[in-house]
Amino acid sequence: MNPIIQVRNLTAQYDEEIVLDDLSIDVYPNEIAIILGKSGCGKTTLLKNIIRLYQPSSGTIEILGQDVTWMEEIEFNKILRKIGVLFQNGALLNSLTVADNIAIPLEQHTDLPPSLIRRLVREKLHLVELDNAGSLLPSQLSGGMRKRAALARAIALDPLILFGDEPTAGLDPVTAAALDQLLLKLRRLLNMTLVIVTHELTSIQRIADRIIFLDRGKVIFQGTLDAAKQSSISTIQRFFNP
Amino acid sequence: MAEISIQKNIIYLSGELEVPSIRSILEQVKNAMTSNDVPQIIFDLSELTKIDSAGVALLDEIKARFSAPDRSIQFLNTPPQIQEAIVSFSIVDLPAESAAIRKSFFESIGERVYKTITNSGDLLFLIADIFYWSIIGLFRRKGQREGSFIQQSVLIGVNAFAIVGLISFLIGFILALQSAAQLRQFGANIFIADLIGIAMLKEMGPMMTAIVVAGRSGSAIASEIATMVVTEEIDALKTMSLNPIRYVVVPKFHGITLTMPLLTVFSDFLGILGGFIIGITYLQLSATAFLNELVTVLILKDVLTGLFKSVIFAWIIIIVACYFGLKVTGGSEGVGKATTASVVASIFFVIVADSILGLIFYFNQPIY
Ligand SMILES: Nc1ncnc2c1ncn2[C@@H]1O[C@H](COP(=O)(O)OP(=O)(O)OP(=O)(O)O)[C@@H](O)[C@H]1O
Ligand SMILES: [Mg+2]
Repeated sequence: MNPIIQVRNLTAQYDEEIVLDDLSIDVYPNEIAIILGKSGCGKTTLLKNIIRLYQPSSGTIEILGQDVTWMEEIEFNKILRKIGVLFQNGALLNSLTVADNIAIPLEQHTDLPPSLIRRLVREKLHLVELDNAGSLLPSQLSGGMRKRAALARAIALDPLILFGDEPTAGLDPVTAAALDQLLLKLRRLLNMTLVIVTHELTSIQRIADRIIFLDRGKVIFQGTLDAAKQSSISTIQRFFNP
Repeated sequence: MAEISIQKNIIYLSGELEVPSIRSILEQVKNAMTSNDVPQIIFDLSELTKIDSAGVALLDEIKARFSAPDRSIQFLNTPPQIQEAIVSFSIVDLPAESAAIRKSFFESIGERVYKTITNSGDLLFLIADIFYWSIIGLFRRKGQREGSFIQQSVLIGVNAFAIVGLISFLIGFILALQSAAQLRQFGANIFIADLIGIAMLKEMGPMMTAIVVAGRSGSAIASEIATMVVTEEIDALKTMSLNPIRYVVVPKFHGITLTMPLLTVFSDFLGILGGFIIGITYLQLSATAFLNELVTVLILKDVLTGLFKSVIFAWIIIIVACYFGLKVTGGSEGVGKATTASVVASIFFVIVADSILGLIFYFNQPIY
């Protein structure tokens, strides 16, 4: 099977500090790939490089079979249409209500009539169990609610690929479990591929197909959860048995 | 893409019911519905291969919009995969969102009045707090950042010298130029010195400085404090038992109180310089004549009046900036609003205060 995302020899740095060092990963269609690693090891940086919020210093990135590393912006926007991104801090627009936030990608990328957009927004709010929060402003939400609202916006267009930076962090176990079930359901119903950064072991156990473990800017392990647990690398061992 | 074919009261949908085809399908269904008044309409979904959430929304919309007491709509032969998606995404069985409750006219007026009263209360407390901690802060440095007083003085004062100087020079220059033509008609050329001297020292110097500082530093202070509120930094300070007023505001208060009078003196000086240039060129006065006249007309009280005003203006600027900064609500947009409100309000209050002080000093003037 051809990878849906292919990162080759990616090096990323902030000023002088090299954060990702000659790193290569693959993500396959319809899988849930979990990116693991210590806080500050560059997981967010990796996601942001893949979706081209930063330009890598070297290396190539392929998404859906196309090399996007130096792609024209117009071309890349077509790819972005198929990608949903959930940022670590939610990144909702503070000046808009939750419902309007979710409507942005729908208005930007589709020709749906307004009544259908409203309906879709309510669909998404219902999926993340925020039925009554549509008319609130982000500043009126709790931390976990903000996260779920951001997820609703990320899946507004039924993306082919969903990047999630710690989607369940800060949620209670019940809501977190429901959210994991939602991710599984989305994958099944919409054929989504998910790239998820998370530290929650229970969450990993529920959803992970494959683990990609980063350490000091390199990939030190790629494989299934069971293989990861049996790994002889001490960093990984300590992660699963702290 | 999805296909639609219509046979009497049966509508067949096939293919992939996804975003790109939704709009046209909805149009065609709408046409079919208006030209058709059979009591039962059946959608056959057996040939659907894929559906996304927009597709489900479409089916919901069709049902909601076109079913009526005398017309029922049914979806039949839904493949299991499609059915699961419909069940997962559909919101048809949920109650509609409740509409927001409208306030009556009197309710909103009452709310306004109540808010104004509580806000003025807050403002008074804030003013008391700021003065209290600023006076305490003169003697005890604990609870303030090291070196922040000097840093703030540089930020508010030193960095504003160039712009205050330039603007004051131009104001003095223009003021003199405009008056020169009038004075000339009466041969009263020498009085340009009186005019510029008094105008700059008592009015324009303090006022222009205050406006520049309100725009430059007032806005910066308001947005800094508002951002600190929004990002919970103020809360964090409180939990570390640091008083936010003391930690954040007091150094700025000291900085602005020290530098505003200095900026004002500088402004006076450059404004008079602007007038001086007009005087010795356009009005052909000698430099000594101009300076002599200036020295005789200006009394120490004028200088002190200006400085007194400048301190009052400084306090207005910082209090207003803190007030709007601390009162911020609603994320990054709130920060922008608080900043704008702070600049507008502080310029407004500076001018109001100037008028009041002007009246007070006017009636206390010795008669020559
Ligand atoms: N905008 C930035 N400018 C400079 N350095 C940055 C920036 N963002 C991140 N870094 C640095 O890059 C490194 C990796 O950061 P990154 O945010 O990718 O970590 P992470 O793996 O996502 O951590 P966490 O699990 O805590 O979110 C860190 O050392 C951080 O200091
Ligand atoms: Mg991160």
